[in-house]
Amino acid sequence: MEAYLDNAATTRCYEEVADIVRKTMLEDYGNPSAMHRRGVEAEQYLKDSAAAIARILKVKEKEIFFTSGGTESNNWAIFGTAAANRRRGKRIITSAVEHAAVARPMAVLEEMGFEIIRLKTTKEGVVDPEELKAALTKDTVLVSVMMVNNEIGSIEPVAEIGSYIREHYPETMFHVDAIQAFGKLRIYPKRMKIDLLSVSGHKIHGPKGVGFLYIDERAKLSPIIYGGGQQNGMRSGTDNVPGIAGLGVAAARMCASMEENAEHMYQLKERLAEGLLGLGDVTIHGPSDLRKGAPHVLNASIIGIRAEVLLHTLEDRNIYVSSGSACSSHHRNGSATMLAIGASLPERESSVRFSFSELTKEEEIDYALENLREVVPMLRRYTRH
Amino acid sequence: MYQAFLIKYAEIGIKGKNRNMFENALVRQIERSLRDCEGTFAVTKEFGRIYVEAESEYDYEETIEALQRVFGIAGICPVRIHEDMDPDSLRQATADFVREVYPEGKERTFKIFARRSNKAYPKDSMELNYDLGEAVLQNCPWMKVDVHNPDVVITVEVRQRIYIYSETIPGPGGMPVGSNGSAMLLLSGGIDSPVAGYMVAKRGVQIDAVYFHAPPYTSERAKQKVIDLAKLVSRYAGQIRLHIVNFTDIQLAIYEKCPHEELTIIMRRYMMRIAEDLARQDGSLALITGESIGQVASQTVQSLLCTNAVCTLPVFRPLIGFDKQEIVDVSTKIGTYETSILPYEDCCTIFVAKHPVTHPILSVVERCEKKLDGVIEDLYRTALDTVETVIVGEV
Repeated sequence: MEAYLDNAATTRCYEEVADIVRKTMLEDYGNPSAMHRRGVEAEQYLKDSAAAIARILKVKEKEIFFTSGGTESNNWAIFGTAAANRRRGKRIITSAVEHAAVARPMAVLEEMGFEIIRLKTTKEGVVDPEELKAALTKDTVLVSVMMVNNEIGSIEPVAEIGSYIREHYPETMFHVDAIQAFGKLRIYPKRMKIDLLSVSGHKIHGPKGVGFLYIDERAKLSPIIYGGGQQNGMRSGTDNVPGIAGLGVAAARMCASMEENAEHMYQLKERLAEGLLGLGDVTIHGPSDLRKGAPHVLNASIIGIRAEVLLHTLEDRNIYVSSGSACSSHHRNGSATMLAIGASLPERESSVRFSFSELTKEEEIDYALENLREVVPMLRRYTRH
Repeated sequence: MYQAFLIKYAEIGIKGKNRNMFENALVRQIERSLRDCEGTFAVTKEFGRIYVEAESEYDYEETIEALQRVFGIAGICPVRIHEDMDPDSLRQATADFVREVYPEGKERTFKIFARRSNKAYPKDSMELNYDLGEAVLQNCPWMKVDVHNPDVVITVEVRQRIYIYSETIPGPGGMPVGSNGSAMLLLSGGIDSPVAGYMVAKRGVQIDAVYFHAPPYTSERAKQKVIDLAKLVSRYAGQIRLHIVNFTDIQLAIYEKCPHEELTIIMRRYMMRIAEDLARQDGSLALITGESIGQVASQTVQSLLCTNAVCTLPVFRPLIGFDKQEIVDVSTKIGTYETSILPYEDCCTIFVAKHPVTHPILSVVERCEKKLDGVIEDLYRTALDTVETVIVGEV
């Protein structure tokens, strides 16, 4: 028996994704920029993929730009906006719980002289829109807030934020890191007034090394990668046809049954949470109402057991989870998210993330719980005093 | 520019009757080290000399680096081989050599150091010095003679063939691996132990290693890191048998039964015992550790006495008088530092007491250990029976 409960790190590809990746590598392997038939044939995959994604988001195909993944999408949104709007202002607002792919670019801009405002969150990891409203100014060029937190699964009020920004500061760009949200929550950029939206392929049963950035027509954004002028000159580099084709197929399948999948994952999450609480001395992070968080992420601190020790114990039994806060001496204090939600040191040291996908089975949860009931008391015997 | 290298060795020369054995070991080690380099090479022994000759295209830098990892080599001289025994052609060849290696543009002083061991050659050493010096002066006017303190010495050796060289690239020194028995290295993921292994291997000792793995308290990555470190050491030391001992249950037993401030010292004693048993199985004659006096609590003189007390084999501690920075310097030089500092270690601190004893008393430690009687024997046997052995590097 195996329980892969690390789907927020990466997911297994759908079979049909692997099929189209293989086909575009071995059969339709042309360069979409080529003039001949092989090029045209390859280009069709890009168009199909953009069309599939545009249909899901209810946006235009030409607003979809393919990238090498979530990290590039986030970097592009942030540096591209900063570059295109630098004459207008140097103020950027973000949250204290962003993924490193947003937080690090922000820190780099800060070093370059930008003013970065980081919104605090509640202990459930949610930013307060009122605080954002107070922080917004006319010279704010960008607001970047994630939709679903990757560590604790909290959901940010992006629609409310987007509407407010568009109404009061229409020139301010609004970027949403939707890497953990796409395929789990309905996202409509036009309705939610989102200008830039990052998505990654491998979190949605697609290939690694591919993702996209949705760029609203109205958005002012500079490229950050220059070269042969692919994708309308916005993102140069020979198009990753296998990756992009796989991404389109994955997005379409995942979003076709989003609600049923979410329901399935919520049930897994509830089942696991109940079992974890039964172990005693366990804190569950994120929204206390489990259904107010993302369906696929459950973060819990099993007090008294270092996360890495639990992780390796479970790994030995073919159960795969993630430890949010690395306990190496370099990150003694754990992640920014865990600090932002005010988790205590014993909680941070023992915080483990379980994450599911539509492919996760109930038996995997039960298997994990069964093993946890066995190993937790054993590991708690050997605790640093 | 060069097609061959003359290998100079220092200590082998004084080893009397064993000389042949040492030379053969050196040839074997050179061949091993060159195996991964581009091209094919012939390594030959000739009258107390070892020559490496490239028989095909090869990469100069890569070859020098490979030779610099062979213990026993004191110096590497890139050498020009001249086959024509006619004195005029040698004059020309010597002048050409100087022109290529020390081109016009920078004035230098030189002297010719000729040695004629082939008595059939028409000119003797003195005549050659004079003759070839003149040829260089005529052909390379930017070179001036200085027989007392020259910038460059052009050595010309007339044997069955003629060898011309001037540069000596330092080798690592020491003695060829395999010429001095074998020893068991206690290898952790840290900076010190790979350096200790390197130092002992440098004296010609063949190395085997033991690593104590404590899953789930140490990760698979920590284990992989130790395997990677063993591979890096094996680039110098040749093949290493790395024994991976599952140490968790012994650690937990010590943790449960013994006072926590004595944990580390007792744990160290068990590591030494296991290492010694494995050493005997492998035919190793000594243990090697990376300990240096006072570096941590378990490396004070008192602690060393306590850990040493369980061993009957000699324990080599080549770093005993080194400061940390000196160890880091060697580690950087031999290329293990970058891997050693990867942060996979220390995922668990439960086995380290907040205030470990720094001046343990042997009788106290032995009394504490008694508490393990009846439990430890089985765990110890299991640890030995479940050893996983990984072989890294080539013979």
